[in-house]
Amino acid sequence: MSGVASTTAGPRPGVSLGWVALALPPAAFLAVFFVWPVGAIVAQGLDGAAVAEVVTDPGLRGVAWFTLWQAALSTALTLVLALPGAYVLARYDFRGRRVVRALVTVPFVLPSVVVGAAFLGLLGRGGPLAGLGLDQSVAAVLIAHAFFNYAVVVRTVGGLWAHLDPRLEEAARVLGATRWRAFRRVTLPLLRPAIAAAGSIVFLFCFTSFGVVLVLGGPTRATLEVEVYRQTAQLLDLRTAAALTLVQLAAVVALVAVHARAQRRRAGSLRLRPADEVLVRPRGRQRSFLVANLVLMAALLGIPILSLVERSFAASGGGYGLASWRALSTSRRGSTLFVSPLEALGNSLTYATGATAIALVVGGLAAFAVARHTSLAARGFDVLLMLPLGTSAVTVGFGFLIALDRPPLDLRGSAWLVPIAQALVATPLVVRTLVPVLRSVDDRLKEAAATLGASPWRVVREVELPLVGRAMLVGAGFAFAVSLGEFGATVFLARPDRPTLPVAVVRLLGQPGPLSLGQAMAMSTILLVVTVVAMLAIEGRRVGEVSEL
Amino acid sequence: MTPRSPLAALLVTAALVLAACGGDGDEEATGATETSTSTGGDGDVTLRLVTHDSFAASEEVLDAFTEDTGIGIELVAVGDAGTVVNQAILTKGNPLGDVLFGIDNTLLTRALDEEIFEPYESELLADVDEAYLLDPEHRVTPIDHGEVCLNYDRAFFEESDLEVPDDLDDLTDPAYRGLTVVENPATSSPGLAFLLASIDRYGEDGWQTWWSDLRDNDVLVTAGWEDAYYGSFSGGSGEGDRPIVVSYASSPPAEVVFADPQPDESPIGVVEASCFRQVEAAGILAGTEHPAEARELIDFLLSVPFQEDIPLQMFVFPVNREAELPEAFIEHAVVPDEPLSLPVDEIGANRERWVDEWTDTVLR
Repeated sequence: MSGVASTTAGPRPGVSLGWVALALPPAAFLAVFFVWPVGAIVAQGLDGAAVAEVVTDPGLRGVAWFTLWQAALSTALTLVLALPGAYVLARYDFRGRRVVRALVTVPFVLPSVVVGAAFLGLLGRGGPLAGLGLDQSVAAVLIAHAFFNYAVVVRTVGGLWAHLDPRLEEAARVLGATRWRAFRRVTLPLLRPAIAAAGSIVFLFCFTSFGVVLVLGGPTRATLEVEVYRQTAQLLDLRTAAALTLVQLAAVVALVAVHARAQRRRAGSLRLRPADEVLVRPRGRQRSFLVANLVLMAALLGIPILSLVERSFAASGGGYGLASWRALSTSRRGSTLFVSPLEALGNSLTYATGATAIALVVGGLAAFAVARHTSLAARGFDVLLMLPLGTSAVTVGFGFLIALDRPPLDLRGSAWLVPIAQALVATPLVVRTLVPVLRSVDDRLKEAAATLGASPWRVVREVELPLVGRAMLVGAGFAFAVSLGEFGATVFLARPDRPTLPVAVVRLLGQPGPLSLGQAMAMSTILLVVTVVAMLAIEGRRVGEVSEL
Repeated sequence: MTPRSPLAALLVTAALVLAACGGDGDEEATGATETSTSTGGDGDVTLRLVTHDSFAASEEVLDAFTEDTGIGIELVAVGDAGTVVNQAILTKGNPLGDVLFGIDNTLLTRALDEEIFEPYESELLADVDEAYLLDPEHRVTPIDHGEVCLNYDRAFFEESDLEVPDDLDDLTDPAYRGLTVVENPATSSPGLAFLLASIDRYGEDGWQTWWSDLRDNDVLVTAGWEDAYYGSFSGGSGEGDRPIVVSYASSPPAEVVFADPQPDESPIGVVEASCFRQVEAAGILAGTEHPAEARELIDFLLSVPFQEDIPLQMFVFPVNREAELPEAFIEHAVVPDEPLSLPVDEIGANRERWVDEWTDTVLR
């Protein structure tokens, strides 16, 4: 067991000039595009009395409490359902593994209105699963959250799991540990940083959930996010909105700080292995375990997705046909609202590529900075990086409008705002994917390289980057997926003649008529296919795989 | 060329993307007319029309305006109607555009109080019924009206012994138990309009009793129009099991226009006595650098070509009485003679309180 645990040299506590150089670009990005705009909108309504009112208002306290506990339960459910899935997708070699990995990402990019409609179609009265009695229930919200975030766990945890040396667990088994005990005492502690990272992302997504709670939770349930939206976009009560935003941010800071603490305490370097070596062909009970997980994925993720594809082929008079698909390029042609599926696809890909590039640069630098130090500055920086995930899109959107409206930064109406806003959400995902892996890199390797005369840059390039190449790709895929699916800020910032696929889907759903519904489902199907192809293309590349050390 | 290290690959990708986006930005800087949605002409001035995301018009009609006047139109959409108005208030003094389209009578008061509009009285208002005028000072100009109404599933009522409801009173009759779905006025614009309809119908003292009866009669409340109409309504393209829903007077023609093949009769009908009128208006944003052109744009929005384009584009009705309705509207739409309605300032003064009281009555 001696090679497993942490070495004495952990991350260094001091802040050096090099560290500042690393952290400066991402810090500047966040300062200009997050802290300033959100600060500007909050400052407009800021008022100590309003905060006191919000904190003591029984209705809003109820909302805050519901927001917290549903997010906690959703996170727990997602982890329970998805951890076994992360394991089989990281460890078992079976046909179609990569396609399944790509497919589980699909829910992540679907607009919540579409997911709401899909679940409503299944669970609502008149739906095939109406017998479960889940219509307008918390259970429906939790299941939909698990549906959305399954991929977060598969990616974040699977990314590390795929590189854990299986011999560690085997050794424990040889020494007489049961399978469960070996998992609990050997593998689980090693995975903990990645599980914590996944859990914190899932929690934040559920904490700021909007559409799912509204559509599936019934009219009596609302999250803080819904209240922020109502107060900002509908009532223009900036006082209450600012107070709610501060409450939201405080909760996020508290959560992330606790999480970061837990993660640091357990940080230790691991001996990572190439993913290919770790793969095994499942046999016997492993096979049953694999099948059970595939069945679960099919039920949780497959059924809602298929129901959506099916409805894109439903004909007006019953039966099936291609009318909706044909209408995509003919219906409303010549209208300013018209966008061909190809154009929408092009817009989505352009914006998402830009956002991914920004997120990789900003998030990549930030991850190296965060992983290297345990100083207060580094810890504060880590918390700051996560804040955009816990902030309402409408707050960011309104903030952009009032803060970025004068030279030298007059960006209103600029096509840049869309990828920038998407990158705000994508960056934390890149950071959370990279940090656990970077922290796991054995420091002795870096020290050895340095001793042999390698410059710090060369250490990064030749030791760290090859080791985290895989995680970088996973982070890129993750960033791309979340950018493809981003709706709240995109609908606010994208020019009407350049809508993305999710924006086009929601536009179509705003109109009655069988063709409108069918087209929305067909457009969603395109989004779904694009996601799978993009995931296969990004993550199928072999870049700097871990080599034998 | 295949970059060997992941960092090189990353940097190359980033550089390519930045280059691509940079090109895009330049295009925007060099000529605003080129980036406008719908105008091909080389107008001297391009106006930015700030609107909501369901704004629609024929490119042809907009292009004709640009050819006639040399004024280009660039659309700027910022979310739903509420968002549009509120961002306009927030950016007062440095507005996002020159003209705003899409403010309705349920949201108007606050915008008028904040003085975000410059008054302009179009001569074309002579062709508009006075009932549509929202502001005597002409800070906003009415462009279209749409009615929020109960829609019903024709097939359901043909097969059942029940009569089609012809008044809000019917909905609380035990015979109609569990048949109705409405939207939450706190989160939905048609939901709010329907609440206002009930307040006009039953008065400040009676509406809560009606809603409490409706609640006892098992009304279903959803957050938004999509989940009410597509998720819970049984008529037309709805996939639910309730035959009565709060939607629009124009939903019946939409069910015909957006179907393939198109049916002879719309599968859904409208309960006329339930309709609440929403008037949508446009206004010149104070601070515009092109006030003269902005006035021309307001005139254009009121002119017959644009007015006749409105129904099939946005599924609402023109306010200009000279504008003719398209056939699908003549055949399948209902324009109620005396819709329910409330004065703009009354809505402005009470909206929040009414929504809170509704929430206490129906959801708590």
